Amino acid sequence: MTDALKFQAKNISRVFGHGKKSVTAVDNVTFEIRDREIISLVGQSGCGKTVLAKMLLRLETPTSGELLFNGKPITATGDPRNHWRQVQAVFQDPFSCFNQFFTIRSQLKSSFRLFETKPSPGEIEERVDQALLAVNIKPKEVEGKYPFELSGGQMQRMLLARIFILKPQVLIADEPTSMVDACSRASILDYLLKLKEELSMTIVFVTHDIGLAYYISDSLYIMHKGKMVDRGAPDDVIKHPTSDVTKQLLEDIPDVHRQWIARGTPVHAAE
Amino acid sequence: MTVSAPVRPLEQAASGPTPKPAKSNAVLEVEDLRVHYVTRFGHKIQAVDGVSFSLKQGEILGIAGESGCGKTTLVSGCMGLYIPPLFHTSGDVRIDGKSIVGMTLEQNRKEVLGQKIAMIPQGALNSLNPTRKIKDMAADMILSHDESADKKSINDRLRERFTRIGLDADHVLNSYPVELPAGTKQRCVIGISTLLNPKVVVADEPTSALDVSTQKAVIKLLFELMDQEIISSMLFITHELPLLRHVSSSIAVMYAGEFVEYGTTEQVIFEGRQPYSRALMGSMLSAEPGQKSRKPVAIEGAPPKLDKPIPGCRFAERCPVAQPDCRTTEQVLRIVAGRQVRCKYADTEVVEQVGGGL
Amino acid sequence: MQLVKGLFKIPAFLLGLFLFAATLALAFLGPLVFHVDVSTRVGDPYMAPSAAHWLGTDHLGVDMLSMLVMGLRASLYVGFLAGVVATIVGTLIGVYGGYKGGLLDDILTVLTNLFLVIPTLIVLILLSSSMDKGRSLTLIALIIGGTTWTWSARAVRAQSSSLRARDHVALARINGFSTLEIVLEQILPYLLSYIFMVFILQTATAILTEATISMLGLGPYDSISLGKILNDAKTNEALIGGKWWAFMPAMVLVTVIAFSLYVINTAMEGVFNPRLRK
Ligand SMILES: Nc1ncnc2c1ncn2[C@@H]1O[C@H](COP(=O)(O)OP(=O)(O)OP(=O)(O)O)[C@@H](O)[C@H]1O
Ligand SMILES: Nc1ncnc2c1ncn2[C@@H]1O[C@H](COP(=O)(O)OP(=O)(O)OP(=O)(O)O)[C@@H](O)[C@H]1O
Ligand SMILES: [Mg+2]
Ligand SMILES: [Mg+2]
Repeated sequence: MTDALKFQAKNISRVFGHGKKSVTAVDNVTFEIRDREIISLVGQSGCGKTVLAKMLLRLETPTSGELLFNGKPITATGDPRNHWRQVQAVFQDPFSCFNQFFTIRSQLKSSFRLFETKPSPGEIEERVDQALLAVNIKPKEVEGKYPFELSGGQMQRMLLARIFILKPQVLIADEPTSMVDACSRASILDYLLKLKEELSMTIVFVTHDIGLAYYISDSLYIMHKGKMVDRGAPDDVIKHPTSDVTKQLLEDIPDVHRQWIARGTPVHAAE
Repeated sequence: MTVSAPVRPLEQAASGPTPKPAKSNAVLEVEDLRVHYVTRFGHKIQAVDGVSFSLKQGEILGIAGESGCGKTTLVSGCMGLYIPPLFHTSGDVRIDGKSIVGMTLEQNRKEVLGQKIAMIPQGALNSLNPTRKIKDMAADMILSHDESADKKSINDRLRERFTRIGLDADHVLNSYPVELPAGTKQRCVIGISTLLNPKVVVADEPTSALDVSTQKAVIKLLFELMDQEIISSMLFITHELPLLRHVSSSIAVMYAGEFVEYGTTEQVIFEGRQPYSRALMGSMLSAEPGQKSRKPVAIEGAPPKLDKPIPGCRFAERCPVAQPDCRTTEQVLRIVAGRQVRCKYADTEVVEQVGGGL
Repeated sequence: MQLVKGLFKIPAFLLGLFLFAATLALAFLGPLVFHVDVSTRVGDPYMAPSAAHWLGTDHLGVDMLSMLVMGLRASLYVGFLAGVVATIVGTLIGVYGGYKGGLLDDILTVLTNLFLVIPTLIVLILLSSSMDKGRSLTLIALIIGGTTWTWSARAVRAQSSSLRARDHVALARINGFSTLEIVLEQILPYLLSYIFMVFILQTATAILTEATISMLGLGPYDSISLGKILNDAKTNEALIGGKWWAFMPAMVLVTVIAFSLYVINTAMEGVFNPRLRK
């Protein structure tokens, strides 16, 4: 972690619609994301996490406030492609992330459009294979397959393979493990941690699972109804929650977690 | 064989539905069910391979397993929804003692679906048609069963039911899905699926996209439906094994189309005897102080492809404690410590090296 | 594929398809079975049907069956051409507006609504009557297409804007796809079955519209059409004289084409439209 700031948001808001029917999805939020840091945005469904993530991605524009990327307004580079070369994303719903009319592989290959110098076709094939292997998918397994022939978890891995190809500076991961079981989730998290270490990536992790956020992140932001209600180092937030929302969130964690921990020290904790 | 009648743990009784005197008659019986897909290239994928269980009146069975292990396929199989490329291979499914595997789809739709067994589909939140109001979608459910129902009676029925499940009926019924928060949408989906008072409800990952608080509320709603006898038993599918502690009285863990462990909640969650189910518990991430440094059990790799028979244990490839003979000897479900397990070393210390918690 | 198979199990669809195929057969295979000639008088005016002339003759003594075949071809041509024009214009505007949203969409919506409230028929009548000599069949088709596209635009816009919210479109954007590529690759394919249905409806509407204006005496100068046959029958007192063969067959044909297309469309909608499917 360095002290350089990747993102700086000053009082940004995003309002949809006008007048009486308007919805304030993100409400006057100020925060910063340091280089090579993993931050988590945690909050209930509909609290504005995805909208905030899309603003960082330059897919949504704040209706007010200022959003800086690397110290300059996010729109400073005229061509948004420049932004997307540096900031990439894994979206929330893997079922709707791919075009049903093209094979998965051809859609992975279309990521190479962002490259300023496009590799040769042979190299593209090779790098796609590598990316698939990196996320634990055998290239043969998905050869010629269309999105609807894969399970949700496999599609989420495909989205991560795409990140492996693009190697951005910042990854915005919107619920990247919502479709996988706990064991695979842990291995995907390991993969993200590895990306952070090896490629010095900054990761914005969006989730509703506070346990997951607690485990992976260097700082934790709790959102509620568009506002940031709690923030800080994970241990601080867990031990000394300042807002009622965080307290409620911690209270609603299924008892089984505590019961299971109480039953004995997990073997791996010794490491 | 089935697991002996479940005993509800004490602390659960507070949150769970009031236990009914267990009637011995099974509502849903699944016997050695095998179901396969045929791919575009003509390969046969045996997505569900020999699953047996029975669900009694008033019982909730939780099924946990990772993505692609065949949970949704099992659900389709149980409901008799054999729509190509999905086909029934062998085995039987009986609802109220009546086999449904031989039925035509039309017959099934007319007599069984929605009335005897209903599904809360996976990803229902995102599959609601954005251009239709909730009430129109709900009305379809009634009309599919009773074509002659008139507008007024449908309206009354919908309002009565939506109020009963704790929704502001006037507002919700007249809303489009996008206008509602996820928790409310999921309540609507549940409300619509159970309109016809089905005996068995199959909930396919009803809480997966939801935060803990909303999750809690959805589970509470399902319990209320059981308490009010709108539904009588339930199959609860999820990929989060720990959650089932608060939902079901018995649990089956599924892997690559098979059950690998099937027992009471207490047995599977706290005293698992199968490496995979133990790993599932061991990889739990918890926001409890001090847990940040604990390394969750991560299992690399993916489940085997099911397009040809697998000689040994299906989990062996990824099993952290696999022994040399695991890959070659076929595993069968056998009884160890009072539950069904599919692991050669279930009764030895080998499995205890995985996960931890005991 | 499975959906298409399901379609062929719907009796209404099969009926529609059969009727439409029958009209096509009459228009294009008919001439192989019987002699078609609309330029010579083969007998007296208004001869009743006979073995030589199955549907009798018209007010000039031309074989009625021949007139019908040629009229049918013209009607199908107008329908097809107007349908293509209206669908293409409507789809492009609808998809683009639905995807882009914002100001452009607002402008397009206003434009669409403007065209929607302008009564097509009146515009057609005004245009047709102001161009006496240049009123060719193709021009009429283009006018019909150019004024009825708004209907497809609206239908397609709604679908397109709901697709816009899907993540695969967002993914395409951050992959660096241009707007045009997104519209063509990420949105259009999802709408194809829908657009095909829109096309069928546009065709049916165009055939009816052409019949209507031709009946009002504003038909093409360079061609026979079903509407013109009806107009001829009307102006030459076939109705009063009880000469049913001069107008009945044309009327039945117009009805059958429009009916079969509507039925096909309704059946397809039931199968392809996810909201009815669910
Ligand atoms: N395009 C849009 N138009 C109108 N309202 C929108 C739009 N996108 C999002 N919203 C609203 O903004 C709010 C925040 O939505 P957002 O998708 O960011 O929630 P979230 O925190 O990501 O929730 P989830 O966990 O369900 O993904 C919601 O109330 C939503 O209805
Ligand atoms: N239409 C299909 N054609 C071929 N194979 C399929 C099809 N649908 C599913 N499968 C395969 O069947 C297996 C089981 O899929 P299923 O959808 O039942 O998994 P699941 O346990 O419900 O997973 P998830 O948690 O992701 O929903 C997977 O390996 C999947 O690839
Ligand atoms: Mg979201
Ligand atoms: Mg599933």
